[in-house]
Amino acid sequence: MEAKLPNPVRPAFTASERDDTVIVNIGPSHPATHGTVQIIAELDGERVLRTDVHCGYLHRGFEKECESHTWHNLIPYVDRLNYVSALINDFAYCEAVEKLMGIEITPRCRYLRTLLSEYSRLVDHLTCVAAGLMELGAMTAFLYLVMIRDYMYEHLAALTGARVTYTYGRIGGLARDLPDGWLTRLSEILVQYEEFVARVHGLVDRNRIFIDRMRDVGVISTKEAINWGYTGPILRSTGAALDLRKDTPYLAYAELDFDVPVGIKGDNYDRYYVRMREMDESVYMMRQLMDMLPAGPINVDDRRCVLPDKELVYTEIESLINHFKVIMDGPKVPAGDVYSAHESPNGELGFYLVSTGEGVPWKVHVRAPSFVHMGGVHRMLDGYQFADIVPTFGSVNMIGGECDR
Amino acid sequence: MKMPNGKHAATIPIQPVGGKSAAFEYLTTKKDELIGWARKFSLFPYPFVTACCAMEFMAVSSSPYDTDRFGAALPRFSPRQADLLMVVGTVTHKQAPVLKTVYDQMCEPKWVMAFGVCATSGGFYQNYAAVAGIDKIIPVDIYVPGCPPRPEMVIDGIMQLQALIARSKHPILTKDF
Amino acid sequence: MTAGILDRLQEELGPTATAAAVAHGILVLALPPAALFGVVQRLESQFGFDLFLDVTAVDWIGQVPRFEVVYHFYSTQHCVRVRLKTRVPETDPAVDSLISIYGSARYMERECHDMYGIEFRGNPDLRPILLYEGFVGHPLRKDYPKEQEQPLVPYRT
Repeated sequence: MEAKLPNPVRPAFTASERDDTVIVNIGPSHPATHGTVQIIAELDGERVLRTDVHCGYLHRGFEKECESHTWHNLIPYVDRLNYVSALINDFAYCEAVEKLMGIEITPRCRYLRTLLSEYSRLVDHLTCVAAGLMELGAMTAFLYLVMIRDYMYEHLAALTGARVTYTYGRIGGLARDLPDGWLTRLSEILVQYEEFVARVHGLVDRNRIFIDRMRDVGVISTKEAINWGYTGPILRSTGAALDLRKDTPYLAYAELDFDVPVGIKGDNYDRYYVRMREMDESVYMMRQLMDMLPAGPINVDDRRCVLPDKELVYTEIESLINHFKVIMDGPKVPAGDVYSAHESPNGELGFYLVSTGEGVPWKVHVRAPSFVHMGGVHRMLDGYQFADIVPTFGSVNMIGGECDR
Repeated sequence: MKMPNGKHAATIPIQPVGGKSAAFEYLTTKKDELIGWARKFSLFPYPFVTACCAMEFMAVSSSPYDTDRFGAALPRFSPRQADLLMVVGTVTHKQAPVLKTVYDQMCEPKWVMAFGVCATSGGFYQNYAAVAGIDKIIPVDIYVPGCPPRPEMVIDGIMQLQALIARSKHPILTKDF
Repeated sequence: MTAGILDRLQEELGPTATAAAVAHGILVLALPPAALFGVVQRLESQFGFDLFLDVTAVDWIGQVPRFEVVYHFYSTQHCVRVRLKTRVPETDPAVDSLISIYGSARYMERECHDMYGIEFRGNPDLRPILLYEGFVGHPLRKDYPKEQEQPLVPYRT
């Protein structure tokens, strides 16, 4: 036998409090922990007494990697934070850098970023609800939602070139403009989305088993949620209508007409329903944006960060040098620091950037909502049944790339 | 017979063995083909899911690109019941003991698929936290690169693995049994 | 409305700070480490900054004091953010923990300790959260080489 492998974590409790309790380890390689989270639970029969949540199994050194890449070259790393809604990460990061550089993006870019952010929100909520329902046994609902998500992936691949992690945002704009027929296909997909989601609503919403498993499970109050740092759909499910898109509008959200759905109790069912309603609001916003999208250039005309046209690069020496400098040294971002937050499908996704005037950042820090939520998830797990860990954890939507960075 | 890269005896390719009669060879070849056919069309994957490739794993298991057509749909979440370890996503140093434990708990015959570039070679995470390719820890049979790989690539990987299983030797008595 | 609250904050908390400015819509206060806990208590109880967003550190290697611990707070009432910064030296990188005010501080302080080695006085649980037991060093410090791996499982030959 080989030597025993070391345990990478030190649990908070190893001995049971009482004689009749048992300590169980869930994860980190587990179907229902959405990747890599370890939950050590002390159980009294089927009831959970206390839990110790260990994340960090997907810590890939994002912040350290960013310190050795130029401001542009680190956009693929940023993508892989919340990999289910990758475009929102891109745009939040690019907006933070643009704030530091004092760049204002073009109107077309602004509306398009808003449209794509809402599209990413759709994809994220579809994935979360699909995975959550599958873990409860509703395989059909999972297949319906993943089918429509697949249409969206193919559609985004037609625009950006990739299905899951796009690297589409650029400092000062976007990588490329919409191809022909993209918006027509988007309208078709939104109609198909409504059809699929209506089927899922019919299967799940008033299903006795679903309600019994999700109602009054994983309850958290608004005050407690805010104290433990919850933002996004989890906070809104407790009844507080707090949404960065309404409270501190950014991109084109101030011009859109949309509601912020809230729950009543802060339990799993409310989180499910808030996500479903948010998806409908996103579709409504996207339809408004498709009508409002102005013509014009995608990238702002700023030679510090936007690459010149290829024709100019091949014919003029100034453009060649400009292109070379932006690629090799990176755009020179003025010294200073900035914190810029977007409303990601999980909550407040913030980027804190520190620049010393170089083309390479001094520090890139992500305020990841999933990580903060992991700190408070034990408040929703303790006191409930062991089998409730799975749906509650699924409703928190912990995304490993964002949580562990 | 141990291969240079340390693969297990159950999956070595067929090579002529001296000293056996032609009839014996014919029977063992046919037995290997039969067992290979059965094993390749009834793969039970253990999706060791960590990161972004999980999205494509979900997509490849679902209706548009069904792995059920290849017999590889039913995931078994216990390593004792699985035979294909699909390492989906980045494996970090913190996760490495977990991966090794899961691999050791699987029974023969077992195959390993490195799904995505992070599992193949570390991807673009070349730093203190990520293991630069899971073949530093466990032997890998098929590498499916991509960040994340398209579902068609994953299916191509499964088909190549099935071809590998089909042409392998499947001894009934191994050194462990 | 946001300008009103920021001005009020600047008036009331400015005297304790070594520097106060508004940058990109956020009030930034630079404080001495001893004044930090008091200011945070006032922010939470008096001014309604109920959401603790983030704590992180910046490694200004070569400068003395070396580390700058940065806090972000958000007020759900006024919809504004505040950034607090404090400098701690390399020899004693310690600040007061905020776990008695905000529950979310537990994990965030653990991460900051993991990555930079900042001590949070009053936080009883500073186990590694993103790194693992047995990892030596604090990787986000500028003097930790990016590619220095510390494998837990011996590599195959």
